[in-house]
Amino acid sequence: MLTISRALYEKIIEHARKDHPDEACGIIAGPEGSDTPTRFIPMLNAARSPTFYEFDSGEQFRVWREMADADEEAVVVYHSHTATQAYPSRTDISYAGEPQAHYVLVSTRDEPATEFRSYRIIDGKVTEEPVQISE
Amino acid sequence: MAIEVRIPTILRSYTGGAKAVEGSGATLDELLDNLDAAHGGLRERLVDGEKLRRFVNVYLNDEDVRFLGGLETPVKDGDTVTVLPAVAGGSR
Repeated sequence: MLTISRALYEKIIEHARKDHPDEACGIIAGPEGSDTPTRFIPMLNAARSPTFYEFDSGEQFRVWREMADADEEAVVVYHSHTATQAYPSRTDISYAGEPQAHYVLVSTRDEPATEFRSYRIIDGKVTEEPVQISE
Repeated sequence: MAIEVRIPTILRSYTGGAKAVEGSGATLDELLDNLDAAHGGLRERLVDGEKLRRFVNVYLNDEDVRFLGGLETPVKDGDTVTVLPAVAGGSR
């Protein structure tokens, strides 16, 4: 289950809407081992594409170094699909390299409505999980 | 000669859970061979044939080695090499 505050949930949705029709992407960091998302970190989509996203490698290095220094880890890795459903694609699954993370997918295909769903992706296996939004 | 190599979570099964290991070599290529001798299978997760894999980021200190010399990047005692899986995906 993903437990996330309403404020952080809305930040993800807002980012996805703002970058539409390009895919938006980012992470939410949290204290290592806490499974609690706390710090919203939108990332540049270096691919700037409506069908692909990729973190800039230099930006990723800086963010991951900051997290290591603060004893944090990526609790949520999010991105948006702009014309397809909020379900992990084959590429999403093959590149999922953070086994501890909740992979959040937002779809902006039916703007202004948005879909927000969360998954674990471990060893190539996708398991959807419930999302609990705390006020 | 000791070079610290920081290992991401997803590759720690090759290092017995260690977040960082030490190795030696004059280039990144040699360093990865050296690490693979102690942690079998690790090199293949980073290198495809003769090139670094597209969706694995390797940094020498603060720089992505793609902008240095790739596998031929010189490394030396006291350097830190960091490996991070690229974060990427798409609609297909």
